[in-house]
Order: sequence, then C-alpha cells, then structure tokens
Amino acid sequence: MSVGIVGYGAFIPRRRIKLEEIAKVWGADAPSYQRGLQLYEKSVPGADEDTITMSVEAARNALFRSGGVDPVDIGCVYVGSESHPYAVKPSGTVVAEAIGAVPEVHIADLEFACKAGTEGMYLAHSLVKAGEIRYGLGIGADTSQGAPGDALEYSAAAGAAAFIFGADEDRLLAEVLHTYTWTTDTPDFWRREYMHYPRHGSRFTGEPAYFRHSVNSASGIMEKAGLEPSDFAHAVFHQPNGKFPMRIGKKLGFSEEQLQTGWLSPWLGNTYSGASPMGLTAILDIAEPGDLILLTSFGSGAGSDSFIFRASDRISEVQELAPKTRPQLDDNKIYVDYGTYAKLRGKIRMGE
Amino acid sequence: MREVAVVGCGVISFGELWSRSLRTLWAEASLNALEDARLDAVDLITIGCMSSGLFTGQEHLASLLADELGMLGVPAARVESACASGGVALRTGFAEVASGLSDVVLVTGVEKMTDVDGAGATYALGTAADQEWEGFHGITFPGLYAMLARVHMQEYGTTTEQLARVAVKNHANGLLNPHAQYHLKITVDDVLNSTMVADPLHLLDCSPITDGAAAVVLSTVERARKLADGRPIVKISGSGMATDSITLANRGDLAELRAVRLAGERAYAMANRTPREIHVAEVHDCFTIAEIMAIEALGFFERGSGGSAVERDLTSLQGKIPVNTSGGLKSKGHPVGATGVAQVVEIVSQLRGEAEQRQVEGARVGLAQNMGGSGGSSVVHILEVE
Amino acid sequence: MTFPARVWREFPQRYRLEAAKCDSCSKVLYPPRLVCPACGGGDFSMTELPRQGKILTFTIVRVPPAGFEEQSPLPIALVELDNGIRVMAQVGDVEHPTALKIGMPVRLEFRRINWDGEAGVICYGHKAVPD
Repeated sequence: MSVGIVGYGAFIPRRRIKLEEIAKVWGADAPSYQRGLQLYEKSVPGADEDTITMSVEAARNALFRSGGVDPVDIGCVYVGSESHPYAVKPSGTVVAEAIGAVPEVHIADLEFACKAGTEGMYLAHSLVKAGEIRYGLGIGADTSQGAPGDALEYSAAAGAAAFIFGADEDRLLAEVLHTYTWTTDTPDFWRREYMHYPRHGSRFTGEPAYFRHSVNSASGIMEKAGLEPSDFAHAVFHQPNGKFPMRIGKKLGFSEEQLQTGWLSPWLGNTYSGASPMGLTAILDIAEPGDLILLTSFGSGAGSDSFIFRASDRISEVQELAPKTRPQLDDNKIYVDYGTYAKLRGKIRMGE
Repeated sequence: MREVAVVGCGVISFGELWSRSLRTLWAEASLNALEDARLDAVDLITIGCMSSGLFTGQEHLASLLADELGMLGVPAARVESACASGGVALRTGFAEVASGLSDVVLVTGVEKMTDVDGAGATYALGTAADQEWEGFHGITFPGLYAMLARVHMQEYGTTTEQLARVAVKNHANGLLNPHAQYHLKITVDDVLNSTMVADPLHLLDCSPITDGAAAVVLSTVERARKLADGRPIVKISGSGMATDSITLANRGDLAELRAVRLAGERAYAMANRTPREIHVAEVHDCFTIAEIMAIEALGFFERGSGGSAVERDLTSLQGKIPVNTSGGLKSKGHPVGATGVAQVVEIVSQLRGEAEQRQVEGARVGLAQNMGGSGGSSVVHILEVE
Repeated sequence: MTFPARVWREFPQRYRLEAAKCDSCSKVLYPPRLVCPACGGGDFSMTELPRQGKILTFTIVRVPPAGFEEQSPLPIALVELDNGIRVMAQVGDVEHPTALKIGMPVRLEFRRINWDGEAGVICYGHKAVPD
C-alpha cells in the first residue's frame, strides 16, 4: 500500500520585521548578525494570528489541493507547536471544528520544540499506513518567541504547514517511501512551564544538538533507503537561521541547487515547528513527477525526524490550486517597526 | 381615544453629578414635574432607563423609585429601548391616558452613567448594538455611526465640515440653556481638530456621558384645562414608534434611518400634520451624523440635503426650522434614558413660550424624535398648543 | 468572564460561516433564525457563506472597547459577500488603515477576533483581509 501526502498547504503572516530594526534597539551590530546568522528579516504574526489561525488556513490550503477530500473523512488532526494558544485545551480541536473534521477524529496537541510538526506528520502518516484511518492531518505551526535582546529574537518567526496523508492512489501527490528518527535526551534549548521565553545553551545547541541529530537522522534514512544525496532533486533541513541548513546540507553532500528551494529562513526566520515542513511545501510547489525529496527536521531536546518522498504524476495538477509558499513569503509584505513588533508579540506590559 | 396633555414638566441640570445617586436624580426631576403640574397623586409611573443594571448594578427600578417618591402601591413600569427608552416611556404613558386606563401618569427618564468608568460606560452603551454579530468584533457606538456617516458622505457628498456644524450649532444653543451640561462655544475647526474617535467622527461629533433625569406629567386635555391657570395647554397630538434592525448588516438602505421615517410618518398621521407645519424640533443627535440623517427622515429636508441644510443655517435658532434649541444631546448632555423625556420638556417650554433666550417666535407645533442604538428603534411625538 | 457556552454555540457560524437557506424562498440568513423574515417560512437547509466580498462601509475604531486594546486601532467594515449577505468584520493586515476604501475587494480569513484577557477563552472567527 502506498501512503503519502494527498494535500498540502502553507500559511505565512504578512507582517515582517527587518533584522537591523531589532538590532538598532539593543545596540547590536546588524551587519555582523546578518552575516553570522544569514538572516535578513522574519515574519511577525498580527495580534489576531496564532498557531490555531495559521493552522486553519494552512489546512484549508491543503484541502484545496486534495482532490476533494471530505473533511469528515479526516481521522486525525495533530498540531505540533511550541506556541499553542492554550496550555490545556488542544489547538487541534479548533482546527478540526473549523475545517469540519469533527466529530470522529483523533486529536492531541504535540510539543517537541521545532520538530513537533514532523512528529504530527509522522503520526498522521502512520495511522493511515496502519489502516486505522482514511486520511490524517499533520500540521507544524508556531508563533515562537525570543527573549528581548536575545539572539533568538532575531529569528523567532511565525508560519504553518499542513499535510493531509492518505492511501488513495489517485490522490497521492508525494509518496512516503521511508521514515526514520534519531532522538536522545539533549537539553540544548528548553522552556519551563509558566516561563514566557525559552532558554538555550548557546553554542551547545550547535554540534551536540542540531548537527549531531540531523546528520545521524539524514544519514540513517539514506542508508536505510540505499540512496545517496545525488539521487535527490531536493533536500530540506531544519532552518533555525540561514546558515545551519546550508552547512549541514553541504556537509552531507548536497549541492546548493538541491537545498535552494526549501531554504526560506533568511527571509522568513525560524518558524520552529513549521520550519522544515514549510521548506517542504515550497519544494512541493515546484516539484516535478518522480522527484525524490529528503526532509530532515530537528527539535531541541533533542531529536530529528526524516522522511523520503517521491513526487507523483499528480503533483503538477494541484500546485496552483492554493496559495504557494514562496509568493506568500515574498509578496504583499507589511513591514513593522520594533515598537509595533513588541506590541504584537505581547512584550509590552499592559495595564490590569 | 382621549386627548392627552402635558400638564407638568421637570428637569434637573445635566452633568457629572457625583454627589447624587440615580434615585436622587430621578426623584428631583419627578418632584419638579409634579410641582409644575400642581398634582401630588398619579395613577401610573413610567420610567425610561437604558441600563441601571450595568451602570449601577440596580434593576427593579419601578418599585424602588415609586417608593422613593412615597408612592408605594402605585403601578409603575420601567421600559427600555436603549437610547429611546425615554420616548417609549412617554408613549406608554400617552397610551394609558388616551385609552382611559389612567388619568394621570408621571412619565420619567433617568440615567446615572458616572458610577462606572469610561470603559464601563462604553461597554454598557455598547449593549444597544448586536452583541454577537457587531460587539463581538470590537465595534463601538461612535464606530457604528461612523460607518453610517461614511455611507452618507459617499452617497450624498455630506462633508465632515457639515457634520461639525451640527455640533457648533448645538453648542451655541446650549449656551442659552441653563440646564445644559456644557456651556461651551466651539468652532468647526475645534471639532475637526478634536481627537479622532472612529473615522470620520471626532470627539466633538459625539454626545457626552451624562447623569440626568427628566419628567413630565400627562393627563387628559379636559383635566389640563382645569389645571391651566393661564398657561397655554400643550397636547400630544401624535405619537409614532417603529423598529428597524439594530444590526447594520441587516439594514435595508444604510443611508436612511428607516425607523425614524416610519415613526415620523405614524406620528404625522395621528396628528394630521405634515413636516412643513412643525415649528420647532428636538432630534436625537447622539452623533452629529444622526441629526443630519434624522432631519431628512423626518421629512424636514430632502434625502441627502441634510448636511447642506445645516450648513445654510436652516436649522439654527433663527432658521426655517430650529432643531435642538435645547443644545441637543451634544451640549445639553445625553443621560440615555432621560433624553427622550428631556426633549419633550424642551418642546413644551417652547410651546408655552417659556424658552427664554432660546424661544422660537410663534412656536405652536413641535416635534420630538428619540432613537435607540444605531437607529434600531425610534419614537416620535408631535405636540401642539391646544 | 466570557462564558464558554455563549461563544461555543455560535462556532458553526463563526468557524465555518454556516448560514441557513430558506426552503421556501431561498433567502440566506446569517446567522440562522427560526423564521424567515422574507416569507415567514420555518424550514431551512444548511449552506456556507462565500469567502469573497467587498467593503460597503468601514470605520477605524481608535478608542477601543475593553478587551480590544491590543488590536487598536481597529479597522471594522461592513462587508457584502458575493452572495449578497452582509457581515460586520474587522479588517486585518491593513498597513495604513487610511488605505481602506468603499468597494475594496476582501476575503474572509480565519483569525482571532477577541479574547478574554490573559486567562479567558479565545474567540476565533473570520476577518476581512484585502484580496
């Protein structure tokens, strides 16, 4: 039985803030941050946008590309995020209610730093593969926060990607050929309950966390699949900044051409649970039938999920049926200043 | 139906009346009216009050206030139709006397708006709009009228200067009204430079938050003749009431205040009068645009020409049809439930020749138009000298 | 506190834009009612509102009501959807509120509409965004 993506969609808020706008406020040297992180600007959610609203619109876009999947037949909704609007009360139920998937639908919210999205995808895919449900919806979405003045403030961004998995031959857009994961307990980045902002281990988040897990995950899946980098048309890695995904991709043997399409972070920022999944939607937007695609996510804590997809013949028929990822990133942008950004991100202490 | 007359009037000065409670305000105005009528017993008390519950935490006003006047046992009813509550209280009293059910009715209106802060007052006033489908989105009253203003401006070319002139005129009239909340002369520039509250309405386009109460005593014309003592007898010759959607999304023509037009038509029909026969009018200028739309809906001016009428001073004290000689809600103040009754007190003063510096020469037929929310309800009364 | 029951019962209308279509005269009612105001009929079928429309009138609320301070200044419009139904909606993603115009094409997008402070229920619905 072939299981894979039968619908996909992304949502990016329209507002942006430039890195130099943030640097100015904290007296940091903008050019060196831009060089060091390879980040120029990032998306900013409006006061009216959150993980739930973005997930709903991304899921609707996925439905538009699904060849008429009836939402009532979606058997699970897993929203992975580290910025669920409620600590208790799932984002998934609002999404399921909004798209009409209720009431026979398994729902739970997931958290695993930046890889909760791919976990949701994995679960949705696996339930379909096990024959338990007909269609499964896995979403990665975040409106992540960085502490004021902290390095993470330059990259923490907002966005969502949604994938409907199914086994219908005539609906498959991208078959899942292999999955793999490589996970350990590595406390590189965390947030304690009731704390507003996360903390991290600075350079410890690099080699022992991001690189170690991503390299093992990507090599592991390629070994399992008997494939090499040159077999792939596209590859996307977790993109916390512009530098890391390029570095790891090249280290593993991928070329810039293969990494280019999924590489959104310099202009999008780090959308955490949406990061590598949105790289995937950008790739699917231009993929050609037969393309092999590698997706390797990373979540602090730490772990890395990998998928190998093969684009089907049908992919070209659906790409235009909903807003594509890159135009949402590049067009109709609304730039905000730091004051507006702080207001929108709830960093200003309001009156009681 | 019997003919109904206004035999007594009472107001108190409107304003932020910190030291007086709702009961006290109400009792003062009521006692003033009873004294003016030279009566001390009534068959019914009606009370127009939009939201004593939200403003002061108190409901069950009917009995509470009857008690306050020492009139326990007398039937009483509190009526509500947002800002048209006073007008509906009058309509209710009018119907009781006209039908013969009561001979003397004390009609009152009251609102105590300063026992909550600005946000609390805005919230309470906001309940006149559709909570689930308008308030839910964060709209405020200035916002709803701003939307109507924009339509009127788009369709008829009404300008913000014309809106401002309504405020200027009403403040000029208010200067001559000892009971007005504001005695403040303003210019068009003052209005246009005041804070933008909801585009295109500025702060000075909006009526204020006010504490106040007003009362009239109704009886039959026959009884009025006996109580007259030389003063002209003023009868209510027409009463009209109508509803429209309180939700702007369900209105028919957004450029018209249909409830006002219908209420006016019904009042004119009962009184057997036409708009041209009205000598003086009090209309519901909760916002400047409301006055412009009301004078059109009442037939004083063609649809769309209300703005130009104000600009040409046709509704000033010396104009063709003086509107809001009291200063209107704008400068007299808008203690919500009291307004509808206070408007009638002004008309009665005019018809009795007691309006002092605001007197319209030879005024014999007057009209009072009261309206709820963004035009969801309206009550119109026509009064004339017997 | 915004009590959950009150907002929950409107979810089909707010989340999915569900409306009622009169079986007798086809008039679309949003929100649904018991009686058709056009023909007096009492039987209805479910229908969904279209997401595209245009602005009929609008304002920008600069003195927000309680609970809407974080969204101030708040552009709100009366939108006429493609099927003729009118809805009131906040306008989102408007860089300069002064760019709003009567007749501007908009589409309805899922957004947070209001929320009960830091600890209360979050109410979702649709806002109009420039199309």
